[in-house]
Amino acid sequence: MAKVTFNEDRCKGCELCTTVCPKGIVHMAKHRLNAKGFHPAEVTDQEQCIGCAFCATICPDVVIEVEK
Amino acid sequence: MTKVFQKPHALCDVPLHYCPGCSHGIVHRLVAEVIDELGIEGSTIGVAPVGCAVFAYNYFECDMQEAAHGRAPAVATGIKRALPDKVVFTYQGDGDLAAIGTAETVHIATRGEKVTTIFINNAIYGMTGGQMAPTTLPGQITQTTPYGRDVSTQGYPVRVCEMLSTLDGVALAARVAVNNIKNIKAAKAAVKKAFEYQIQGLGYSIVEVVSSCPTNWGLSPKEAVKWLEDNMLAYYPLGVYKDKGEGADAK
Amino acid sequence: MSEKVLMKGNEALAEAAIQAGCRLFFGYPITPQTEVSAYMAKKMPKIGGTFLQAESEVAAINMVYGAAGAGARVMTSSSSPGISLKAEGISYIAGADLPCVICNIVRGGPGLGGIQPAQSDYFQATKGGGHGDYKLIVLAPSGIQELVNLTVEAFDLADAYRMPVMIMGDGMLGQMMEPVAFGSYTPRKLEEKTWAANGTAGKRKHNVINSLYIQPDELENLVVARYKKYSEIERTEVKLEEYMCSDAEIIMVSYGTTARIVKSAIKILREKGVKAGLIRPITLWPFPGKTISQYADRVKNFLAVEMSMGQMVEDVRLAVNGEADVAFFGRTGGVVPSPAEVVAKVESILGGAAK
Repeated sequence: MAKVTFNEDRCKGCELCTTVCPKGIVHMAKHRLNAKGFHPAEVTDQEQCIGCAFCATICPDVVIEVEK
Repeated sequence: MTKVFQKPHALCDVPLHYCPGCSHGIVHRLVAEVIDELGIEGSTIGVAPVGCAVFAYNYFECDMQEAAHGRAPAVATGIKRALPDKVVFTYQGDGDLAAIGTAETVHIATRGEKVTTIFINNAIYGMTGGQMAPTTLPGQITQTTPYGRDVSTQGYPVRVCEMLSTLDGVALAARVAVNNIKNIKAAKAAVKKAFEYQIQGLGYSIVEVVSSCPTNWGLSPKEAVKWLEDNMLAYYPLGVYKDKGEGADAK
Repeated sequence: MSEKVLMKGNEALAEAAIQAGCRLFFGYPITPQTEVSAYMAKKMPKIGGTFLQAESEVAAINMVYGAAGAGARVMTSSSSPGISLKAEGISYIAGADLPCVICNIVRGGPGLGGIQPAQSDYFQATKGGGHGDYKLIVLAPSGIQELVNLTVEAFDLADAYRMPVMIMGDGMLGQMMEPVAFGSYTPRKLEEKTWAANGTAGKRKHNVINSLYIQPDELENLVVARYKKYSEIERTEVKLEEYMCSDAEIIMVSYGTTARIVKSAIKILREKGVKAGLIRPITLWPFPGKTISQYADRVKNFLAVEMSMGQMVEDVRLAVNGEADVAFFGRTGGVVPSPAEVVAKVESILGGAAK
């Protein structure tokens, strides 16, 4: 069981995190905006997360924290 | 549960001003992670450039100096000579390092100054809004090469690592990229080695990071990564161009 | 007071800097001040200091910026064309409130000009040179002992006010030999450089050396605060010599080596019965305008004598403010005026031969 936490208001919606998740569970929240006005990234199925931290590794804005 | 990934201590807990998908943020974090891992935050002085990373002094918890455009190597030399026991790094873009500061770049390298340079090569001037850089690719369209860079009038891109690797003062010259997880890990290893070589007194170390500038390339962040892979890596092959620590040059 | 030794100006300057605790020197060869570098190159390695011959004047001044920001006592030295190249760095140093000492052994200009003595960089030194609102403290010695004393004090002034200090001489001063003594200076009480970027050691928030302020009001406030400091310097740090002014009917204003020529002219004039005096600014900035304006109540003729086409004369006119006539005599391009030429100029101002 692993957990990713998004510091959502720092997200700029670049979508890079969505391209590297081996489980395909990182998506853009298309129906809401963060404080900056971007659709932030989110994880839709936390149970699937393996804590590989790829999403956090490619994030240019240190939005993501990963626990395992 | 333990944290397997979090903001490194050496990176200030503030939002970065960079555009969405810009490589600067990743590279800042890698430098900060290395500073954390080597335990050198209290003994490191960074030098920020002029360019998109001009505010880098707001992003690192270590002491920082802001240099004039292209002069970071000279400023770093002054710091290192005043404080030889401290760790000094410069963070520079392609215009700063390979155009206006070329003389400073070549000479800090040939002096073998015990300084580390993190060099962001994104083939364009970012802060001023997308003009031709010394590393702009042949044919690449920018604000000042609206018909594409014509090498017959605007010359050829500068390959910094190849050029500097000919100099005896250089301990490490490595070109990396941050376009995928594997390359990000390799980039961090190179940054770490560069700092370690400085601490060991081996000479000048430079890590060139082939980076993307989605905004000024006019692409989405995802498209920019693809463009980088399709265009930049052919002209700027990744690899180690000089490695004094390994005894022989790798390339 | 130590024993006197015979020294060349450029070497005395270098030795004085070392005695003031300067352990870092960054320079680039240029005539007529190269002996400063040569002396530093010889001496610094023996005392654990750094001499570095930079790739350019631009690099040298930015090395000074880095070392000053790290909290060190640091100096660079050059001559006119080199100072033009350093102008960028000087502006940044002023904008980041860093202390350092910059020496200009002035030669004729503009352009490559010549290598003979000149004072045609007065505007550059006192009115800017680089971009933006800023000042340098500018010290203009007229002999080797004064050069030594001012060089030592320059480092204290720089540290006390956190700003660049320029020592301005010329090729004559740099090349001439005179007996000098070291060690008579009483250091100022200076605050610890807690602002320096020398490593946090994990004990404080990071220090940032910087001159970039994107918000206009923030930048304005900083510049205004800096100008308050400049006002204090104008009140407290003016240095000048008044020579035979008490009974003077004409006062010459002249600095540096030219003032020595003026003194010779005054001797000749006094022998002829002309009561001539000299005000010699030792600080070109802050300029001793107040003293000049006080004399303007009584003395109706002033004559600025310079090795230029007339630069300091503008500050004399500002000080006199129309209360007296201000004439100018100068030679330029590396030509040194003779006492006889100065005498002739004074006589022509006063209406011919001596009374």
